[in-house]
Amino acid sequence: MASESVREQTGRAAPGLQGTDRDGSRDSAPGRAAPENPAAPGISAAPGTPPYTGDPLRLPRRPLVPVAPGPEAVELTGPVFGPADVDPLDADLTRQHPGDPLGERITVAGRILDRRGRPVRGQLVELWQANAAGRYANRLDQRSAPLDPNFTGAGRCLTDDEGRYHFTTIRPGAYPWPGRHNAWRPAHLHFSFFGTAFTQRLVTQMYFPGDPLLPYDSIWHSAGDEATRARLVAAYDPALSVSGSSLGYRWDVVLDGPAATWAEEGR
Amino acid sequence: MTPPLTPAAPAPNSTPAQTVGPFHGHALPFADGGAPAPSGHPRTVTVHGTVLDGAGAPVPHALLEFWQTGPDGSAPAVPGSLRRDGLGFTGFARVTTGRDGHYLLRTLPPGGAPYLAVCLFARGLPHHLFTRLYFTLPTHDPLLAALPADRRPTLLATPDPGHHRAYRFDIRLQGDRETVFLDFTEPPSRPDAGHGDV
Repeated sequence: MASESVREQTGRAAPGLQGTDRDGSRDSAPGRAAPENPAAPGISAAPGTPPYTGDPLRLPRRPLVPVAPGPEAVELTGPVFGPADVDPLDADLTRQHPGDPLGERITVAGRILDRRGRPVRGQLVELWQANAAGRYANRLDQRSAPLDPNFTGAGRCLTDDEGRYHFTTIRPGAYPWPGRHNAWRPAHLHFSFFGTAFTQRLVTQMYFPGDPLLPYDSIWHSAGDEATRARLVAAYDPALSVSGSSLGYRWDVVLDGPAATWAEEGR
Repeated sequence: MTPPLTPAAPAPNSTPAQTVGPFHGHALPFADGGAPAPSGHPRTVTVHGTVLDGAGAPVPHALLEFWQTGPDGSAPAVPGSLRRDGLGFTGFARVTTGRDGHYLLRTLPPGGAPYLAVCLFARGLPHHLFTRLYFTLPTHDPLLAALPADRRPTLLATPDPGHHRAYRFDIRLQGDRETVFLDFTEPPSRPDAGHGDV
C-alpha cells in the first residue's frame, strides 16, 4: 500500500515484473531521460511474448514495505572485498582449464556507477554463463548439449578505482527454456554486483546487440519498458576487442538503492 | 491484483534486475559461505530454516545472502568473505537452500540493532527480495514500529530448543504468515558521524 503511494507520488513507473501493470502505460515517465542505447534501438516484444512474471507461488502477495534506512540500518553499508577474495585469473574464464574453451572469445568490460553517478570502487562483480553450446556446467542443466571440459562459466573480479570491471570469456550459446514450447533464451551473461550499500545489491543479465531472439524473450521483456530493457544490452566496442583474439563488448551498469551519502565516495 | 516487487522509485538510468535463474549453483556459492563466524568462536549462533512457497512447499536452490554488524555493533570492513581465513569476521554470508528448501548459517550475534539483513534470490523471482532476521524485537526499531503487530513475528528468529545456541527462521513467500519484504528508499536525512565510512 505504502509502496503504491510512493509510486503515485513520483509518477515513475517501476520496471514492473508482475502481470498486472507492466506494459505500455508504465513506459518511461517524463524527465526520466534514459539515454538511447544504439545497440538496442526500440526493440518491441514480438506478438505472443508476454513478459516473464515469475512463479505464481513464489511471488509475495503483499506490497513491499518501504524503509528509509536510518543511521542504525546495517543495509547502508555492505561487505568489503579485497585482493584476498579474488584471484586475477578469476576474471579470465578462458584460462581456468588446461585447454582453450570452444566458442567465440569475447571481452566484456564497463563501469559500475551508483545512482548519483559515483564510481563503485573495489567491489565484487560475478559472472556466470552457459558454454558455447548453450549448456551450463551445472548438474541442474540436463539438456542434451555438450559440456565443454575447458569451460566452467564462472568468473569474478573487483572494480578498479574508476569503477571499471573487465572479463575475458566466450560468447554463450542460446538455449531452449525448459518446459516451454519453442522458447529460446537469447545469448546472455548472468551478472551479480555489490555496491557500497547492501541496498544496492543487483543480480541481472546482459544481452548481445542485434540478437534476433531478443524480441521473443519473455525474461528480457520483464525488465521493463523499452528504454529500461535496452540498458541490459551491451554495445559492440572495437576498442575493447583484442586483435586476433577477442571481440569487445561494453556494458555499463548503474546500481539503484540508497547508499550512504555521508561516506567518502567508494572505498 | 498482486503488487509489484520492484523498488517504488528506481533511479533514472538504473540497471534493472533480472531473475537469478536456476543455474547459479556452480558459480555463486563459495567455501564456508554459510560460516562467517570465526572457527570455534564461543559466541557462534546457528540460524537455520526453510524457504517456503505459497503452497507450503520448500523452495530448493534459492540463494540467501546475509549482511550484519559484528558483536561490537559496527559494520565490519574486513575483506575475505570469499576466501575466509578462519580468524576475522567479515559480516557477509551466502548460502543456498538444499533440495528440501533448508539453509543453515553459523554466525556471531549482531551488536547494535539486533538483526541480520537478508537478500533472497530464486528461480521464479524476477527481482530479489530484501528482508530482516531479528533475534529480538526491540521496541524502538523504526521498521518494526511501522508494521502491524501481527506481521512483526514474521521477522523474528525463534530459539530452537533442540540445539545449542540455535535459532529458527523460515521465510514464507506467501500465505497468512508471509514474511515482510522491504523496499529501501532514501534515508530521511544525513545522520551524524559515528557510523563510519566502513
